[in-house]
Amino acid sequence: MKATKYLFIICLCLLALVPQPVAAEEEINIGEVVLGHIGDAYEWHIADIGETTVSIPLPVIVKSSTGWHVFSSAHLENGAEYEGLYIAKDGEYADKIVERDASGQEVRPFDVSITKNVLALFINSALLIGIMLGCSRWYKRHVQEGAPKGGVGIIEATVLYIYEDVVKGCVGEDYRRYAPFLLTAFFFILINNLMGLVPFFPGGANVTGNIAITLVLAFCSMILINVPGSKAYWKDAFWPDVPLWLKVPVPLMPVIELFGIISKPFILMMRLFANIMAGHAAILSIISIIFIMAKVGGALSASMTVIAVVFGIFMNLLELLVAFIQAYVFTLLSAIFIGLARVKHEN
Amino acid sequence: MGLLTPDPGLLFWMVICFGVVFFILAKYAFPVIIGMVDKRKEYIDNSLKAAREANEQLQQVKAESEKLMAKVQEQQTAILRDATATRDRIIAEARERARVEAQKTLEETRHQITAEKESAINDVRRQVAILSVDIAEKILREKLSDSDEQLAMVNRLMDEANLNTNTEEP
Repeated sequence: MKATKYLFIICLCLLALVPQPVAAEEEINIGEVVLGHIGDAYEWHIADIGETTVSIPLPVIVKSSTGWHVFSSAHLENGAEYEGLYIAKDGEYADKIVERDASGQEVRPFDVSITKNVLALFINSALLIGIMLGCSRWYKRHVQEGAPKGGVGIIEATVLYIYEDVVKGCVGEDYRRYAPFLLTAFFFILINNLMGLVPFFPGGANVTGNIAITLVLAFCSMILINVPGSKAYWKDAFWPDVPLWLKVPVPLMPVIELFGIISKPFILMMRLFANIMAGHAAILSIISIIFIMAKVGGALSASMTVIAVVFGIFMNLLELLVAFIQAYVFTLLSAIFIGLARVKHEN
Repeated sequence: MGLLTPDPGLLFWMVICFGVVFFILAKYAFPVIIGMVDKRKEYIDNSLKAAREANEQLQQVKAESEKLMAKVQEQQTAILRDATATRDRIIAEARERARVEAQKTLEETRHQITAEKESAINDVRRQVAILSVDIAEKILREKLSDSDEQLAMVNRLMDEANLNTNTEEP
């Protein structure tokens, strides 16, 4: 795909540009910064001004061996321990809340904390619901007024684009049943992608670039693909029209088909996750060049700053495109897979 | 790698969030939007159809009105022609009647004048006759003392009377 090609080129550029002047420890720091922004966190980090860290503490909700614990993540700052819980520095559960069991081993309690990604998820979901309900309220208020303009018009055009082209075109007959899920998936991914590109507080979280998010979405797709699958689809999967020896003593074809059934949603999950995550990583890396080069100073630093800003703008624009394309591709592929699972044999 | 292992807490919240978003949007947002668009489409289709029908009707009405106009114009010309004819006829009749009337009046006047004249002449004649008889009587009374004289007188008078009437009435 075009977007990934550009991404690849930019990564190559980065590899060519970054290494020589940077000290080993600086490189590790940048990696941590980038991974820290891509990953989840118990507080919403906004900025470091001098030595002070500006961040929004978020509620921690944990059920450990000593029962439920609900407290602000401010108590866990700088590796502090609170009610027997602390954030692991390394090991299997790095950056997660852990406790020590009787043998002194770090174990993970049942953790449903409102983390950065969860809060972003809440905000984005509320935003999406607000936008959509605002839209439908507009329709209720303006019953006989023709087509909407402005924001409602954009939403309507997008909804229709997905509904007419993707849902109606790919699912085939009975597309109405699938339209709500596919439309919700599209707008859910789109708004999370777009909010992820906003660099300050309500945005900036890497929600759709988190595998848990894409896992849920892909799992929903998988259910919708397979559960209403037609008889012909299941027959093709487990008793296809191939020579008998391909399926009887060793069920070769059914295993391959089963793999296909699993890999379809798996690919949906990985594509969205990898694209968004890589986009965030690329933008953060490019912006990090400025800070790496600042140590070198002089003309090189200035010119690299200009290049980094130009590339950063370019990447942001590219990510804007990717945000839409990935939401579209996820919806389109889900619709196509649903359509494929509803085949009927002509004979 | 940490990035590739889904976090159970996030999974839990994602299921709830996506479920809520899906429920609300599927129930309150998308059906409304799609329904309204469908309704609008239907409305536009109906409006187009209605407009086409109205246009056809308009054309029909136009043709009819044109036909009617032509007819009306024809009638108008006919009426005007009739009116002109009637007017001319009435005027001619009136003129004729007036002429006849005038003729009659003239005739009558002439008759009257003639009659008056005759009666006036008769009157004068009678007066003259009475006057002459009176005069004659007076003269006769003076002159006629004897019977010869009287006789001669009568004869002469008779002659004169005859002459008079002859000269007077040609």
